Amino acid sequence: MFEQQLLNALSLGSVYALFALGFTLIFGVLGVINLSHGAVFMLGSYIALTLVTRFELSLGVATVLAMAGAGLAGLLIDFLVLRPLRARNAPHLMPMIATIGITIILTNVVQGISGAEILRFPQGIVPEESFDFSLPWQGADSEPLHVTALQLLIVLISFALMGLLLATMRRTQLGRALRAIAESPKAAYLLGINVEGLFLLTSFVAAALGGVAGVLIGLSFNAITPFMGQSVLHKGIAVIILGGMGDIRGAMIGGLFLGLAEVMSVAYLSSDFRDAVSFGLLFLILLIRPAGLFGSVLERKA
Amino acid sequence: MEFLDSFWASSFWSTYSTLVFSIGVNALLALSIYLTLSCGLLSLANAAFMGIGAYSAALLTMNLDAPFYVALAGGTVAPVLVALIIGLPTLRLSGVYLAMATLGFGEVVRVVVLNLDITGGPMGLNGIPQKTEGWHIAMLLLLTLYILARLRRSKIGRAFEAIKEDEVAAQLMGVHITSYKLLAFTLGAAIAGLAGALNAHFTFFLSPREYGFENAVDILTMAVLGGTSNLIGPVIGSFILTLLPELLRFLGGFRLAVNGTILVLVVLFLPKGIWDPQRMCRLFSRKRAA
Amino acid sequence: MGSATHVSVVFQEESSLMLTLSHIDKHFGGLHVLQDVSLTVPDGSIFGLIGPNGAGKTTVFNLITGLLRANAGAIEFNGRNLGDVPPHRITELGIARTFQNIRIFKEMTLLENVIIGMHDHLDYGLPGALFFLPGFRRIERRARERALELLSWVKLDGKAGLLADNLSYGDQRKLELARALATNPKLLLLDEPVAGMNPAEKTELMAEILNIKARGYTIFMIEHDMRFVMGLCERISVLNFGRVIAEGTAQEIRSNPDVIEAYLGREEAA
Repeated sequence: MFEQQLLNALSLGSVYALFALGFTLIFGVLGVINLSHGAVFMLGSYIALTLVTRFELSLGVATVLAMAGAGLAGLLIDFLVLRPLRARNAPHLMPMIATIGITIILTNVVQGISGAEILRFPQGIVPEESFDFSLPWQGADSEPLHVTALQLLIVLISFALMGLLLATMRRTQLGRALRAIAESPKAAYLLGINVEGLFLLTSFVAAALGGVAGVLIGLSFNAITPFMGQSVLHKGIAVIILGGMGDIRGAMIGGLFLGLAEVMSVAYLSSDFRDAVSFGLLFLILLIRPAGLFGSVLERKA
Repeated sequence: MEFLDSFWASSFWSTYSTLVFSIGVNALLALSIYLTLSCGLLSLANAAFMGIGAYSAALLTMNLDAPFYVALAGGTVAPVLVALIIGLPTLRLSGVYLAMATLGFGEVVRVVVLNLDITGGPMGLNGIPQKTEGWHIAMLLLLTLYILARLRRSKIGRAFEAIKEDEVAAQLMGVHITSYKLLAFTLGAAIAGLAGALNAHFTFFLSPREYGFENAVDILTMAVLGGTSNLIGPVIGSFILTLLPELLRFLGGFRLAVNGTILVLVVLFLPKGIWDPQRMCRLFSRKRAA
Repeated sequence: MGSATHVSVVFQEESSLMLTLSHIDKHFGGLHVLQDVSLTVPDGSIFGLIGPNGAGKTTVFNLITGLLRANAGAIEFNGRNLGDVPPHRITELGIARTFQNIRIFKEMTLLENVIIGMHDHLDYGLPGALFFLPGFRRIERRARERALELLSWVKLDGKAGLLADNLSYGDQRKLELARALATNPKLLLLDEPVAGMNPAEKTELMAEILNIKARGYTIFMIEHDMRFVMGLCERISVLNFGRVIAEGTAQEIRSNPDVIEAYLGREEAA
């Protein structure tokens, strides 16, 4: 039923949006395409799983710790790899290549430790309730809308985090500083902003967002593998190009849109091509409107 | 000649011929990505282009009984067509868009190949006639090296270098950057396709899993490790990285992490790769002074 | 400063206007960078654009070279409207440019940097390069000779084989000038050609620019060094906050109260 698909799209899309948000933050503030974002997504999922199964923590606590863990990974990646590259003004391909290397390392280390099989969250970790709504405009004999607690949780958490980020960017001093850096790091530095410190903070927050997205997708599809970061990275790229690189609203709307496109194509076309949808979308946007919905020029001042 | 005859027949050759062939094919692949890097482009699609070349050539030989050279030609041209389709929309934008567009491209190719009957689906193609000989690979490798060397010393090579360093300044020198980027990208695709065609007629079996993201990263690592400031670097890189997995078998599951580690370490500490003539000159002159 | 006799090789039917900006407006979002800017660079002259930092001078160059599009107004070069010309076709029309923050190709030699400027004029294709055809060899040889000649104009011919990265700041600026000349332009746009140079280098470059003008080139420069500008430029336009506040000869500009106030006013506010 159409409304059901819409709900599924909302749930999926909001996680895509969350992931893309982290990705676009790094691009906007650090000016780098961080291809290890998929790996921290995957890490978040594995950390949460391990905490829940081995240490028997509750899902809520595990998620928060997974966010912190993923954030820490992102911070280390920036500190150990991206920062030295910044310091010597490396050409823009270098950070991309380095982050590809990091993805390979993380993916294979996790695979080496944990194996390549699909892992699942234990039964009952998420409340199993669901609700059935009869939509007001439906006839008496049509199916009610089936909403699971998990879907509700995912949508609430995603939107809460996105709202928090948006509010921070728009209303706080911190947000203004970040926007200034996005505009021109040199100018921000001259204004007395602690640019390097904020770079580290951004890396942490972006990776944390990626990590929690990993947990949510892991719960949603109940499938965790070392390679889950790969395909979601492709989607994240499609989302930020769709929404405009470096644009936060764009990442959110783009993520929701991709969720919609995927769900609809699976429902009404064929599920074989689900992963190809994002690529097709990417291509289409590059042909028609490469700047994306809200994007502007790709170059920025030094 | 007797010596050579016995050499080819010896067990040394039969054990290691595979390795030597692989080095040759990998050298071609490393050169294909070197070409795009020399223009400031990062293409993660070269493994997919290799796959397209391999499948095209194999199908020509198997289904149409085409002569070997026709199959090789077909394997070289097919990826070029696909490269044009991807390249035209993305290359008029920044090179970063190409990197991102090619990131997922391998997956799309894999999905397509998996679902087509003609390519044998997930089972791949089996029984491709073994037509590749060592001298084919050697000749084509030398030919490729020659072409790339000539390119470097011409206005085309200079244009590539200028685009790689500073696109704006290059434009204002009259360089039409989109055309040159397209040239680098499609030529790289052609070389990768040729490598795939050669490889298919040597390993006589194709599976869709061999041309994905990991393979693209393998190729990238070879070029980056060897050094992308000249033509010898990628060849050296392919030599090392073809032999390395054999030596590192003991690492088991973590073996694949070596590629990633190499990429990170090279980018951080040895950005010009191993074969860096400038650095070697400096080392030499320092030694002489001492 | 007398005017050099300028012999035109080609008889120009139109007036000797070369570059004209008419009522140019440029804004980024709400930020107005240029408002109603008009100026004319006569053929064969040395023209200066000065003004406090941030006045919008480099934006003028970016508009001329097609890196930006004006929101209103027109730019004409030798009668041709530049509004829809993409950056890579600007050299075809005869305009070359240097940059405020030096954009030479550091990993190429000086010779290669200059030869790149000749890119448009090297008339051979892939086959020529691949097969060492005589056309290719001849063209490349001539390109090298011309590049060495241009490097000698700025006294860098001795370092032709060095990597551009190894040059001093002042030498890098001179290399950029040689490279711009290699495109065979009619109009040279020089963005702060002597920034960061010591006085001796500045004097040397001043003489070199006069030589270049004597060879028939037109020069349009942005500069902060007043001695340099006043010593070279026949006409000067002054930009402040995106508007032209004065135009005239060096003498007129030097004593213009608005100009003095623009510079002093900025200093007081700082």
